[in-house]
Amino acid sequence: MTRSQGIVGAFRGTLGSFALDAVFNAPASGITGLFGPSGCGKSTVLRCLAGLTRLPSSHCVVDGETWQDEATFLPTWRRPVGYVFQEASLFPHLSVRRNLLYGAAGATAPEGGPSVGFDETVGLLGLEGLLERSPRNLSGGERQRVAIGRALLSRPKLLLMDEPLSALDRLTKDEILPFLERLHERLSLPVIYVSHDMAEIERLADHLVLMQAGRVIASGKLADVQSDPHLPLAANRDAAVSFDAIVAGYDEAYGLLALRIEGGQLWVPAPPSAKGAQHRLRIAASDVSLLAQPQQPSSILNALPARIVARKPMGENEVIVVVGLGVDGAGARLLSRITRRSWDGLGLVEDKLIWAQIKGVSLAHK
Amino acid sequence: MGGLSGDIWRPISLTIELAAFTTVLLLILGTPIAWWLARSKAWWKEGVATFVALPLVLPPTVLGFYLLVALGPMGPGGLVASLWGGRTLAFTFPGLVIGSVLYSTPFVVQPIRNAFEAMGDRPLEVAATLRASPTRAFWTVALPLAKPGFLTGAVLGFAHTVGEFGVVLMIGGSIPGKTKVLSVAIFDYVETSQWREANILAAGMVLFAFAVILAMTLVERRLAREAS
Repeated sequence: MTRSQGIVGAFRGTLGSFALDAVFNAPASGITGLFGPSGCGKSTVLRCLAGLTRLPSSHCVVDGETWQDEATFLPTWRRPVGYVFQEASLFPHLSVRRNLLYGAAGATAPEGGPSVGFDETVGLLGLEGLLERSPRNLSGGERQRVAIGRALLSRPKLLLMDEPLSALDRLTKDEILPFLERLHERLSLPVIYVSHDMAEIERLADHLVLMQAGRVIASGKLADVQSDPHLPLAANRDAAVSFDAIVAGYDEAYGLLALRIEGGQLWVPAPPSAKGAQHRLRIAASDVSLLAQPQQPSSILNALPARIVARKPMGENEVIVVVGLGVDGAGARLLSRITRRSWDGLGLVEDKLIWAQIKGVSLAHK
Repeated sequence: MGGLSGDIWRPISLTIELAAFTTVLLLILGTPIAWWLARSKAWWKEGVATFVALPLVLPPTVLGFYLLVALGPMGPGGLVASLWGGRTLAFTFPGLVIGSVLYSTPFVVQPIRNAFEAMGDRPLEVAATLRASPTRAFWTVALPLAKPGFLTGAVLGFAHTVGEFGVVLMIGGSIPGKTKVLSVAIFDYVETSQWREANILAAGMVLFAFAVILAMTLVERRLAREAS
């Protein structure tokens, strides 16, 4: 708990009948997803980080600065945070431009985070045509984009997002997600992103803090938490592993992108992309099958050597298997859900060398 | 205004002066009270709110009686008056302003409190996450958002002061040019059988009241449309 970098939070206390005891670390860069079922306390943790809720025996250190301990409590307005609420909560009496500049006015303090220009923010979020409008004439998605821009322009050192997409419909979500991905690529700002929608986490997060009933049950790199068989994520029907892959080449004749991941390379049908570019991959447990022998002729393009790392029975008839890619099993970890009969039939045991056949890969980053 | 006594304008201008003073004072004094009533979590705040609301229920003569005691030579008002060589605050214009302020407080505080409560915590939380100090948040967010409440409070406070009678009679008497306001003037005209003057002032009051309430309703509706 004495790291000077990153975000250290320990929030304990009761709010009404709800008891929170959340202790976690988050790195100083990238997006950390705070994930858990509704009512598990993740929004409360975010409010505590911002100083909007004060729990007595708590502790909060960001980037080496103590925001809260036994003797200290920095009020919200003295904390260099940006906060995006579930509802955009724009000031209805101010134009979009003045909403955007509201926080920028007070953000001249030298301890502010990385500086983002007004024009750059407006461009990044596609707000050019909205500046003189009043918030009440904006769509839900536009409002939320303005709210994100407003938070960024206050030059935060830490951006807190409380389910920023959950009040929006599917189409509007898909409109905003690319903006968030662009922000993620362009800014080094650390973000804590609260969500109960795993699909958002899988697209955006680098790290994951998993919460349940007021407690943090796991935290770490996204793929590590996803592929831990002892955590509830791996046991989900739609369990998956997501990580970033790097473009290694392109097969123009067949329109296939070669993506390098730790311990192997995947061919994925996709439009061309610059060599070295990063793409977020998602590989579902139900899309990975295991072969005992090297690849036989198959319509499935990707079959990589891997070693079985762990397994966990799922119910009576299925097994969730964690495999590490590469002959040594040291590469990226994938989940595979197979039947117990297949497990026994193939004579699978831990550390056995097998071939992981990947039927489908979804690419998130465009 | 041929045939009318020139005196008829004095109570009118005095009334407007009194109502204007009272309204400005009430906005200055009532805003912090309304803010506290809207934001405080103290268990006894509803007690304060009830105290503020008392003039709604009490007969004006009760308020007037206590004011008379308080403002008179034996009360704190007499003490204050002695600062400039006076003997009492009763039967003076400042005394009238004090009485009107107390009497109209609920009409100003309640709409402003409602407006502060209606906006909820969120706008102020947003302002705080954007580095606005509580003072800046109050001036740049809370006040503008509570504008309809201020408008209603100001109009009601003004109109209610124009319409008061009992308190004024108790503590002001009927000194022309000093404490003789419209409602008292009408009473005096009737007492002395000057029906024409009484009629003109009374009809003027009806028109005034009608215009005020209509204008307020229309403006409120427009503000509500703007805010949605």
